[in-house]
Amino acid sequence: MLENILRTLPQVLFDGITLGTVYAVIALGYTMVYGILKLINFAHGEIFMTGAFIGTAILLAFSSLGWIGTLPIIILVLVAMFLTAGVTGAIGVGIERIAYRPLRKAPKLIALISAIGISFLLQDLVRFTTEFANDGNFYLIGPELFKSNINVPLSKMASFLSDASFKTSFLFVLVTAVALMIILDVFVNKTKWGMAMRAVAQDRDTAALMGVNVNKTISLTFFIGSALGGATGVLFAVQYGTIDPYIGFILGLKAFTAAVLGGIGNIRGAVLGGLIIGVVEMFAAANLSTLTNHVIGAEYKDVFAFIILILVLLFKPEGLLGKALHEKV
Amino acid sequence: MTHLLEVKNLVSHYGQLQALREINFHIDEGEIVSLIGGNGAGKSTTLKSLSGLVNVTSGEIKFLDKSIVNLLPHQISAMNITHVPEGRRIFPEMTVEENLYLGAFNVRDKAIIKERMEKGFEYFPILKKRLHQKGGTMSGGEQQMLAIARALMNQPKLLMLDEPSMGLAPIIVDQIFEIIQELNKSGITILLVEQNAYHALQIADRGYVLQTGEIILSGTGKELIENDEIREAYLA
Ligand SMILES: Nc1ncnc2c1ncn2[C@@H]1O[C@H](COP(=O)(O)OP(=O)(O)OP(=O)(O)O)[C@@H](O)[C@H]1O
Ligand SMILES: [Mg+2]
Repeated sequence: MLENILRTLPQVLFDGITLGTVYAVIALGYTMVYGILKLINFAHGEIFMTGAFIGTAILLAFSSLGWIGTLPIIILVLVAMFLTAGVTGAIGVGIERIAYRPLRKAPKLIALISAIGISFLLQDLVRFTTEFANDGNFYLIGPELFKSNINVPLSKMASFLSDASFKTSFLFVLVTAVALMIILDVFVNKTKWGMAMRAVAQDRDTAALMGVNVNKTISLTFFIGSALGGATGVLFAVQYGTIDPYIGFILGLKAFTAAVLGGIGNIRGAVLGGLIIGVVEMFAAANLSTLTNHVIGAEYKDVFAFIILILVLLFKPEGLLGKALHEKV
Repeated sequence: MTHLLEVKNLVSHYGQLQALREINFHIDEGEIVSLIGGNGAGKSTTLKSLSGLVNVTSGEIKFLDKSIVNLLPHQISAMNITHVPEGRRIFPEMTVEENLYLGAFNVRDKAIIKERMEKGFEYFPILKKRLHQKGGTMSGGEQQMLAIARALMNQPKLLMLDEPSMGLAPIIVDQIFEIIQELNKSGITILLVEQNAYHALQIADRGYVLQTGEIILSGTGKELIENDEIREAYLA
């Protein structure tokens, strides 16, 4: 049994890390907003989903223009991501203005309910628009972009390993997600507005006394978080092909779990949490059946993210890299 | 002559609670004005009303003859009115250097920022040695020095200090008060809020005494130190 697990481990790790980076980038959106407003932006999963639809629509448009196949695919996907990020970023800013800012002095629970309301609104809006534009279907199938597979002949290197293989889209997702995280890290730690974001997160009033425009900084945070979420939606669509308006819910929950696991409010924690959840999930998918003698199948893999969430909340509620917080939502 | 800052019939509330009851005072350019009073008198509320952290219910605040009532804090900060809040409020997760950079958030020119930083190190040489230390790990005295140095990064025309001596050893308090006087000599007008009334009145040109949201006494620093009521209430 152990042999089996070891055999597939390289593949599990690769898939898990790729999935983990997707969770990580979405988790960044939760954690940034929580850091600055102490609010769980429940609608963030839906921003991701909206991004997946906008990106797919753009790619379908490229396809009908005949650009796919003539222009380099990586460039086209990056352009789609960039445009989508702009739109979802703007949606995020709008949501904050309309649904959260008026409630800033209200109890956090009220804002949370407002966030859940926005989630449903986005789901229905996307569903309605898609059905309208897509002959009554609410799911969307994107153009197939990365067709090739890459094989890594691990068994030639070590006889106890199986070969690993992955779609080139995985590699694209991995590289892009890592690049997004590096850009964000540099922005937050090295630029003036990144410093303003950290200052507002640590002490809003004092940041204002320094001359920081707090509302502008909060809008910026929503823009960046939502732009990242939308861009990741495009990555997801590219990787999995078919999307529906409800993909944001479970993915959002898992990404949120990743944020809590790493320590909500902590940017590097979100990345760590995302990677852990991604790897655990893939490990479970590959090995659950073997480990339980076929009693529990791979379809139960989703449970693990939430088991981790419960364990974290019980034993280390501040998360792996988080500090003990005074206020909990 | 018009005053640098003029406050007329200022009223501020926290919800239903009225914290300031029509207070009047002014500050002239180049002065040190001390605002003293016991716990809960409304001293911090006065500073917060001036810097925009608390919404003013009614009344007028004029700085250089312009109304600043209910401007946002960052707009007031851009007018070089700089508030060092009670409890220093250093950004704990940021280095000394980052804290200082934030103090100069209104400034674009990197050369000016560097220059002001060097100027701050002249007053507080210790900060130069601690440049990469996290603010939250500094001692209380060091944090107060950083808080003042950070405020100087904004080149204040009016520097408002809320209880800079709070919780500090006497020797550090003396040092801080000396620096406040030096800053004043260099041309900065100062509004000093203190519970340490004796010290604050000693270095003040003028002072006001606040009690439950009302100004009950005013005069030169010397007059107030010699006032019997004050001796009894604040200097005993
Ligand atoms: N955020 C707040 N919400 C509600 N009431 C407040 C708030 N801040 C201050 N108060 C109340 O307003 C009044 C004035 O408080 P303020 O902080 O201005 O006093 P202070 O003179 O600075 O006192 P201290 O010397 O203790 O700092 C007090 O009665 C206080 O309880
Ligand atoms: Mg006070």
